[in-house]
Amino acid sequence: MKQWSRRLPGIALILVLLLLWQFSVQFGWVRSPSVPSVTASFEGLWQSIVNGRLPLALADTLMRIFIGYGIAVVLAVALGALMGMSRFVYYLLEPVTELLRPVPSAAYIPIAILLLGVGNEMKIAVIAIACFFPVLLNTYGGVRSVDPILTDTGRTFGYPPVQRLWRIILPSALPEILTGMRVALGIALIVGIVAEMLAGNSGIGYFILDSQRVFRVQFVFAGIITLALVGYLLNFLFLRIEAYVLRWRASTST
Amino acid sequence: MSRVSGAVLESPVRMQAAEQQIAIAARNVVKSFTTRGKESVILDGVTIDVAEGEFLTIVGPSGCGKTTLLQLFAGLQPVTSGSIEVDGKAIQGPPSGIVYVFQQYGKSVFPWRTVLGNVVFGLERKKGMSKAERHAIGREMLELVGLAGYEDHYPSQLSGGMQQRLAIARALAPQPRVLLMDEPFSALDALTRAKLQQLVLDIWQKLGITVIFVTHDIEEALLLSTRVIALHKSPANIDIDLADDFAHPRNLISLGEDPDYLAMRRTLLSSIYRQEGLVYEDGRGR
Repeated sequence: MKQWSRRLPGIALILVLLLLWQFSVQFGWVRSPSVPSVTASFEGLWQSIVNGRLPLALADTLMRIFIGYGIAVVLAVALGALMGMSRFVYYLLEPVTELLRPVPSAAYIPIAILLLGVGNEMKIAVIAIACFFPVLLNTYGGVRSVDPILTDTGRTFGYPPVQRLWRIILPSALPEILTGMRVALGIALIVGIVAEMLAGNSGIGYFILDSQRVFRVQFVFAGIITLALVGYLLNFLFLRIEAYVLRWRASTST
Repeated sequence: MSRVSGAVLESPVRMQAAEQQIAIAARNVVKSFTTRGKESVILDGVTIDVAEGEFLTIVGPSGCGKTTLLQLFAGLQPVTSGSIEVDGKAIQGPPSGIVYVFQQYGKSVFPWRTVLGNVVFGLERKKGMSKAERHAIGREMLELVGLAGYEDHYPSQLSGGMQQRLAIARALAPQPRVLLMDEPFSALDALTRAKLQQLVLDIWQKLGITVIFVTHDIEEALLLSTRVIALHKSPANIDIDLADDFAHPRNLISLGEDPDYLAMRRTLLSSIYRQEGLVYEDGRGR
């Protein structure tokens, strides 16, 4: 496939960087107890997979992310659609959302701990807050930019407003909503890990921090490698799903 | 009077005016817009009775309100005063049985639905119709407009002319009484336009529906309609109301050579061009 041959230089670059990393540790260019070699990191990765610690941590993290993300998406799409369709609702909610949105989600963690403790609920809540705003903004934008000709077409065929929302407005706004959801997915991973590091006892974030505390650096890097792979995979899957859902779009030749 | 041009057949559509049912009517319709405190009256007491089976075309200079009038007939915009009546009752919003076809077909067809999905859109409201039935009607409509075989394509894969055919098929599927078309062919090339004009004529004859058509193209108006109304810009009312009763089927080429056709064309063009400042008041060219 044409695509793969164009990706080769990029893949080669990654390999070159990995080699540089390996050599700098192996040949002593970098002497530090904090930097394990590539081989040691992958060995650590393998070990934690085999002894079950990593899969368990990953399962915990992913569970929290998906629940928080799911809650955020449902609420944000509903509210965003409402704000997009009703000027009153928009002007009612816009000041509040514009005040809350710029706050870095990590800043909500202390409040969340005070209110919800250090368990799953806290982490899910923080993830949900972080994911909420990008999806809200994009939903609102998508709904507002639906061409009136499309909704007028719905009207001329006799469909009432609720039907028009379902049959015309949301499908039309879907590309923009999905973009917001993709951004939110990345945020979910970040915020989830940070929450686990600040107040956790399970999950990949905790795994990384814990390994650092006991100076098992190979596991620290193993955790980071895992996050890189998981992040890449989630994004890749999302793009595939998005490409299928939006398969009706005119293809632009690259 | 009936005129014959090209074909010898008398159109079965012609009836005495008194026998005809009124499909839709504008009664003393006034439409005004207020921008920056200034009120501009686009339509000032327009009254038109559109008979069942009529093919009415509305023409006029730019800004005369022909698209606005069509949107009022469609219930897509409210009147400022007066009323649009169907079956003797004033409408409140888009009346059922009346479908509007937009000029910008590219923005009106639903890109996320397939061709077949688009055509059946208007049918999904009807209760008691199964998916199979809807699809059967959809395929029939696609056949009618010459899009058979494209059921599973997406609109983004269709040319402009095909998209407009799709919009027409979609409009016809729920079997409306009245079809409103807003300059549907102005954004297409001449050849595609001719094909779609023929299509609309064929459909109108076959299905016997009422059509209100807006165009800036006088020749298109005379070719397609049974009645041409030209709107005046100021005063904002009807300028000319012509019976365009050439027999059907109409010959796209020889009709343009008919002396009666040419007389009507001159009447319409003179009025419109004069309003647009293109000829002198006495009808002489510059």
